Amino acid sequence: MTEIFLDPTSELNAAAKPLLPRLQSLAGKTIGLLDINKPRGNVLLDRLEQLFNEQGVAVKRYKKPTMTRVAPLAVKQQIASECDAVVEALAD
Amino acid sequence: MSSQQAEYILVLKKECPTCVLVEPVIAELRAAGRRLQIWSQDDPDFPANAGEVGDDRELQLSWRLGIETVPTVIRLDRDTERERTVGWDRNEWMRLFELDQLGADLPGFRPGCGSKSVEPGMPERLALKFGDISLQSRRIEIGEMEDPLESCFERGWSDGLPVVPPTEIRVVRMLAGTQRKPDEVLGLVPPDLQACTIEKVAINAVMAGCKPEYLPVVIAAVEACLIDEFCMHGLLATTWFSGPMVIVNGPIARAIGMNSGSNALGQGNRANATIGRALQLVIRNVGGGKPGGVDRATLGNPGKYTFCFAEDEENSCWESLAVQRGFEAGQSTVTLFAADGVQGVADQKSREPESLCRSLAASLLSVGHRKFAMLSDAFIVLSPEHQRVFAEANWSKQQVLARLTELTTRPGSQLMSGVDGIAEGMPDFLKDMDLPKFKPGGLNIVRAGGSAGLFSAIVGGWLASGEFGSSPVSKEIGV
Repeated sequence: MTEIFLDPTSELNAAAKPLLPRLQSLAGKTIGLLDINKPRGNVLLDRLEQLFNEQGVAVKRYKKPTMTRVAPLAVKQQIASECDAVVEALAD
Repeated sequence: MSSQQAEYILVLKKECPTCVLVEPVIAELRAAGRRLQIWSQDDPDFPANAGEVGDDRELQLSWRLGIETVPTVIRLDRDTERERTVGWDRNEWMRLFELDQLGADLPGFRPGCGSKSVEPGMPERLALKFGDISLQSRRIEIGEMEDPLESCFERGWSDGLPVVPPTEIRVVRMLAGTQRKPDEVLGLVPPDLQACTIEKVAINAVMAGCKPEYLPVVIAAVEACLIDEFCMHGLLATTWFSGPMVIVNGPIARAIGMNSGSNALGQGNRANATIGRALQLVIRNVGGGKPGGVDRATLGNPGKYTFCFAEDEENSCWESLAVQRGFEAGQSTVTLFAADGVQGVADQKSREPESLCRSLAASLLSVGHRKFAMLSDAFIVLSPEHQRVFAEANWSKQQVLARLTELTTRPGSQLMSGVDGIAEGMPDFLKDMDLPKFKPGGLNIVRAGGSAGLFSAIVGGWLASGEFGSSPVSKEIGV
């Protein structure tokens, strides 16, 4: 059963959980590229890495051990502490 | 008016022995032609063979009629209640139904049972379901797979500790703690300057873990922090350590079980802990004041989770802080101070007021910076054993404060920038003046603490005190 809460705030923001702020620019940022371990994910991510590099944007690569489960905590923490944004290559 | 025109309502429940007892009486009433509506709270097949029985398992009718006991008989006059009786009292029922004989085989009197509509927790549920309670806040639906506590964190409502999820029923129960209307606006809460209603205070009090009887204290604390002299916006925004400290005076402190004794400034008392926290949650959620946002504290202090205690008035030899600030002894008040953390002062040897004053003064000088004068205010939370030194010598609070002022007044020449090889210090134009450590009225004393320990606490305040920043403010606690 869903629960109903009363909003404790002044309701200036949307009721939905807010997304993290989007990057306004890539200058000086580090972008993580997450391979979820599905075939050919690397093809997309290799191309993205190339495009980011052409723009002088730092890139770090990460990989999940299996696409069937959520990323291990250590991988999530590493991405969060090292990157400003992450691109995840989903599906085939 | 003849009884033929009257109508009656009878509310009962099967699990009540008195209701079962009066079952045969219903047949007598029907036989006598009384127009009787019967409503059952728990079983629409009860009473059996009594004609039509209304199903009030939802308790809507019981709630609307304010039924507290079953059985209840209500006599109507053109749909308006004329009188009622509860339980079984033969003479009362005979009078009400205008009959000379009724339930002759029954005992003359049996008390009824509690109505299902007044079982613990039920009145609030029924008020929410059927009543005219109208809560204005946006409803936020929490997904089936979401953990309610986690969802509060994720929405940014928490100070870092778990909050009690603000469900409608909890908020309705919280609002029962005050007579004030949910839509009453207390003022605009900084930094976003958003209108704060009693309802929003109640929601945040729920999340902080308050009991409903704490709500009037929380409301007064919110009102106090909105008084201009307190400068809540600046206090929130400052890089300095301070946050609001709440001191409660008057009979409510005892009534709601606040701690003014052992560990008064510490953990473990629900009222102390949650009232101070509720105020901070209102600033956070209604005002939008969050660390990293408008709250720019360099370090902050643990009191910014919660900092609230009661003064020990009962055992004090002095007038309370509230009386000192112009209230009557019987009034309950909150006083807010822009406070840093707690600095301990030990003096286990002084038995004379002068010696103890010198100890306290020596420690007071370090508030903010030893070379600062007239910047921060401060509170001394004087322990019982330290106060005894003054009580035995018949020193009044004013005498102590006056002596502390003398002992903490220094020549400006000692406090200038560069003196003692310390670049920090007071500006040169004050060089030839005697500088008191605190502005007039900037030093206060309250009594609290356990019976053992020749220790007191100094609570220093924001460097921006008085008209330049924040002054202590008090507000009477209403109902």
